[in-house]
Amino acid sequence: MSTPAAIPTKFSSSGPVVAHHFEDWEQQYDSCVLGMWTFLVSEVMFFGGAFTTYMVYRWSYPEAFAHASQHLDIYWGTFNTFVLLTSSLTMALAVRAAHLSQSRTAGLFIIATILLGAAFLGIKFYEYYHKYEEGLMPVFGMPFNFEGPSEQRGPTQLFYGLYFAMTGIHAVHMIIGIVIMLLFIPPAFRGAYSSGNSLRVEIMGLYWHFVDLVWIFLFPLLYLIDRAT
Amino acid sequence: MNTEFELFPKAASTTAPPVDALYMFMVGLTVVMSLFVAVLVISLAIKYRRNNLGVNRTQLPTGIKTELILIGLTLPVLMFIFAWGAKVGFFLMRPPANARAITVVGKQWMWKLQHSNGRREIDALHVPINQPVKLTMISQDVIHSFFVPAFRTKADVIPGRYNHTWFEATKPGEYRLYCAEYCGTNHSRMIGKIIAMTPGDFANWLSGDTGDEAPEVTGAKLFEQLQCATCHKGGGEQSRGPALEDLYLKPVALADGSTVTADDAYLRESILRPAAKIVAGYQPLMPTFEGQIDEEGVLHLIAYIKSLGGAGQMPEETEPGQADPQAEANTAGENTSAIPSPEQNPRGEAEDNP
Amino acid sequence: MSAVLEPQPVPAEPVRRQRDYINAAYTVKSWLLTVDHKRIGLLYLAGVTVFFFIGGAAAVLFRLELMTPQADLVESETYNKLFTLHGIIMIFFFLVPAIPAVLGNFLLPIMIGARDMAFPKLNLMSWYLFMIGGLFTLYVTIVGGVDTGWTFYTPYSSTYSNTYVMATGVGVFITGFSSILTGVNFIVTTHKMRCPGMTWFRMPLFIWSHYATALIFVLGTPVLAIAVGLVAIERGFGIGIFDPRLGGDPILFQHLFWFYSHPAVYIMVLPAMGVQSELIAAFSKNRIFGYSFVAFSSLAIAVLSFLVWGHHMFVSGQSIYGGLIFSILSLLIAIPSGIKVFNWAFTLHRGTNSFYTPMLYAMGFLGLFTVGGLTGLFLAAVGIDVHVHDTYFIVAHFHYIMVGGTVMAYLGGIHYWWPKITGRMYHEGWGRFSAVLVFVGFNLTFLPQFILGYLGMPRRYHVYDAGFQVLNVMSSAGASILGIAYLFPFTYLLWSLKYGPKASENPWGAVGLEWTIPSPPPTHNFARTPVVTWEAYEYPRSNPDEVFE
Repeated sequence: MSTPAAIPTKFSSSGPVVAHHFEDWEQQYDSCVLGMWTFLVSEVMFFGGAFTTYMVYRWSYPEAFAHASQHLDIYWGTFNTFVLLTSSLTMALAVRAAHLSQSRTAGLFIIATILLGAAFLGIKFYEYYHKYEEGLMPVFGMPFNFEGPSEQRGPTQLFYGLYFAMTGIHAVHMIIGIVIMLLFIPPAFRGAYSSGNSLRVEIMGLYWHFVDLVWIFLFPLLYLIDRAT
Repeated sequence: MNTEFELFPKAASTTAPPVDALYMFMVGLTVVMSLFVAVLVISLAIKYRRNNLGVNRTQLPTGIKTELILIGLTLPVLMFIFAWGAKVGFFLMRPPANARAITVVGKQWMWKLQHSNGRREIDALHVPINQPVKLTMISQDVIHSFFVPAFRTKADVIPGRYNHTWFEATKPGEYRLYCAEYCGTNHSRMIGKIIAMTPGDFANWLSGDTGDEAPEVTGAKLFEQLQCATCHKGGGEQSRGPALEDLYLKPVALADGSTVTADDAYLRESILRPAAKIVAGYQPLMPTFEGQIDEEGVLHLIAYIKSLGGAGQMPEETEPGQADPQAEANTAGENTSAIPSPEQNPRGEAEDNP
Repeated sequence: MSAVLEPQPVPAEPVRRQRDYINAAYTVKSWLLTVDHKRIGLLYLAGVTVFFFIGGAAAVLFRLELMTPQADLVESETYNKLFTLHGIIMIFFFLVPAIPAVLGNFLLPIMIGARDMAFPKLNLMSWYLFMIGGLFTLYVTIVGGVDTGWTFYTPYSSTYSNTYVMATGVGVFITGFSSILTGVNFIVTTHKMRCPGMTWFRMPLFIWSHYATALIFVLGTPVLAIAVGLVAIERGFGIGIFDPRLGGDPILFQHLFWFYSHPAVYIMVLPAMGVQSELIAAFSKNRIFGYSFVAFSSLAIAVLSFLVWGHHMFVSGQSIYGGLIFSILSLLIAIPSGIKVFNWAFTLHRGTNSFYTPMLYAMGFLGLFTVGGLTGLFLAAVGIDVHVHDTYFIVAHFHYIMVGGTVMAYLGGIHYWWPKITGRMYHEGWGRFSAVLVFVGFNLTFLPQFILGYLGMPRRYHVYDAGFQVLNVMSSAGASILGIAYLFPFTYLLWSLKYGPKASENPWGAVGLEWTIPSPPPTHNFARTPVVTWEAYEYPRSNPDEVFE
């Protein structure tokens, strides 16, 4: 899990943090971290189903997928990857600040993470809107402006279906993360994440890094097919 | 046809006896093992009942040996079941080469079938006995499943891809055809019948004048109508599309260096999604015909291409209403039970069914 | 924390029963906001009981309809909605949560000497997700109706059905999260919350099987969530994902679906196996024969369960060689299952056996599970599966596992731990009578369906050929007996709450940490953290002592 030094054993006077059913802080700490990892394993399986679907179709229709991929905006996509990776950095810094009992600093980094996450979502929304304008949003029976060999029309639609489904599910995960982080801000400025009470921030960090990691897979699979040619 | 009470289904195909044999073995195993467990549990439970004071209740040692014996006894039985099941499975799932071809299109909630000479049927299928029949099946909407209990055969009928099954009826009679995969409101009414006939009766039935034209003839018309010949005529260097003559079931070299067999699935894909597999030496120029031809039309085009010749068969000249060319080919082959055409052998019935 | 944790005044009158988790507080809020795993277990008990009887009512209706070959009671559309409702409610809202969420929640912390689950609030949230998903699905399936069958096969579900598929999908999706969170809770609790001395190999087998179940919850449920989620997205947003007209693959959905749903069968039966181990040990006063083999067979089943999904698709045009791999792996599951069955049987050897109600259910489980397991071998053998796939043979087989196995074990477990849960004894005579009645009714219902299946009657048929009627009438008659038999325990167990004699701490003379604390247990389970120095099921090997005089 973590080095023993990172696990504080005592608490401030702000109240008992060891929940009633745990024997000691170490047990609680280990349980929470293990719980989050177990949940993330579950999330891996969740996205795994979507990635499997993607793989099966890409294997069946490589040309259509490569062609459709090139209609995605690689510049905004790359920039967004950069934004999201930076948010992972600020998240890591927030965790570190919480470790160092700097609750306020942790709060500031959490705000930075939220802002970067929101920026990512904003750009994503802009990309969606752009696809809508281009008529590449085969959703709700909207017209699908497709130029190219007509037999690729169906598979291309599959690609965009998967694009919206997968990035949409990813975005939902980010929104959930941002909402939870918003709840962290007031306690952070009240000094709650001091005296080594960093567990929540750490758990949040695990989740946020996982969401980033999903994007690290989504970005090349969706944006970078066959870009070299 | 399943109107009378019975406890075991009629067996009317060559595939039924091997399935039944395995089934009876499994039933026997189940009965013996269940009784064994029941007797074991009840006798032990009673012998060591609480108020039976005269029994030895000292603790048994941990039973690693017992467990290993248990595994050692179970594993061979399981492998035996596997091997037997696999053998029967191969028999059920691999149509013999000389099977007569019938196409099946499933849709909510009916079966549309067509014989190789063009005769169409709905919710009924006439087949000769003692001759294998291979069904090439596709669905126009949802997944269905072609199930004939008396033949112990079943295969899903799937939209977007061909699935196959086969059987060889052994007894004349009417047998129930069910849709076994849930397909919506009238799933339980998507039934039909298989009418197994002696070869003579069948030949008479098949040659009956119905006005249905042979699938390859419909296919040829469609070929004309869709102007396929513009590109696919003659082949050679000047042609924009590969030649279709002598293509069926032959290997085709593709532009990406791989090779495929020109089977039904490949032909269907190449009609509906031409760019998926480009033949080496040609440009991806062909437009898609997806949405322009229904599944029956695709089957007709494939029948036409098939009639242009390919592996294991000569190009045949067929006319509408004629007896099945496949059957004629069969009479020359090894299959002695193949159906004779009525002109050749009007008394075929008597010979095949003494 | 909630009101439960507030300091309570010492009872003034000595005659009043001591503080326990039930009388700790009486307000509605103290129940709805509880974080006590025992109360959450009871909340689940209320939930699954309601779902069980609704799912059962649907079964009664369509069994009535199937008395005659024609359509006379309901329209085909209604019939299809009825069996879909029955399947969805029974599987997602009864069988999957029944044992883990009710008995597992109640007992898992107690059995390992913990004061609560690792994440009590998450546990409560699981219940809310379960109820929200369940009630939403119930509303949708009853008011609007959905007719896809519980399997949601595409493209029927994604494109052709005119019923409320998307809403049902959302309901199942929400409930899936309840399963995942319960799984996370079980895994962490088992790893981190065991009391001193409770080593892995001292844990009751109930814990082992729940641990294996939790692994499937965590690894399998999300795949179902994404599969059903994609169908819901496909319908809701009009995105074609499994649409063959776009080149999508409807069979891919089946792969994703069964990747969860076959392991889900083991989600349903593994906890039942855990209950079975407890019952057999307690009523034979004997250590479970081959403890470690039984423990590891649970894990073996959990692992193998993820490798056999393809046996649902032998006739879907998959390569026969692929089919054979799934065939051999499916057959291999018989080994851990067989180990369990025989070890339970051997446990009776040199035991001190008594035949109270839970033991009758346990013996019933042994018989029915054996039949269910052996008929599973038919389906794993490709040669037979081709014929019996999608017929009543399948229906009979999985009911032998699900109802003959899981429901028998669930009822056995409820009876066994009822004194611990409620502090009351039920009427033993009625208990035994009902257990026998359930066994008889069950066999009468489902044994004829094996014959029907081999005769070729496809499942999900509203109208059928006249030749099948006799067996269908038998099955319907059995179902009515079964339906009535299920009402008895419901009645006398409720009755016992008020009129049943008070239960002692350990009415069965069983070992296990749950029998060392008062009935019903206090909110924090243990006054002092127990220290375990004994093995599981360490029964004294003396002459039999009388049970509750």
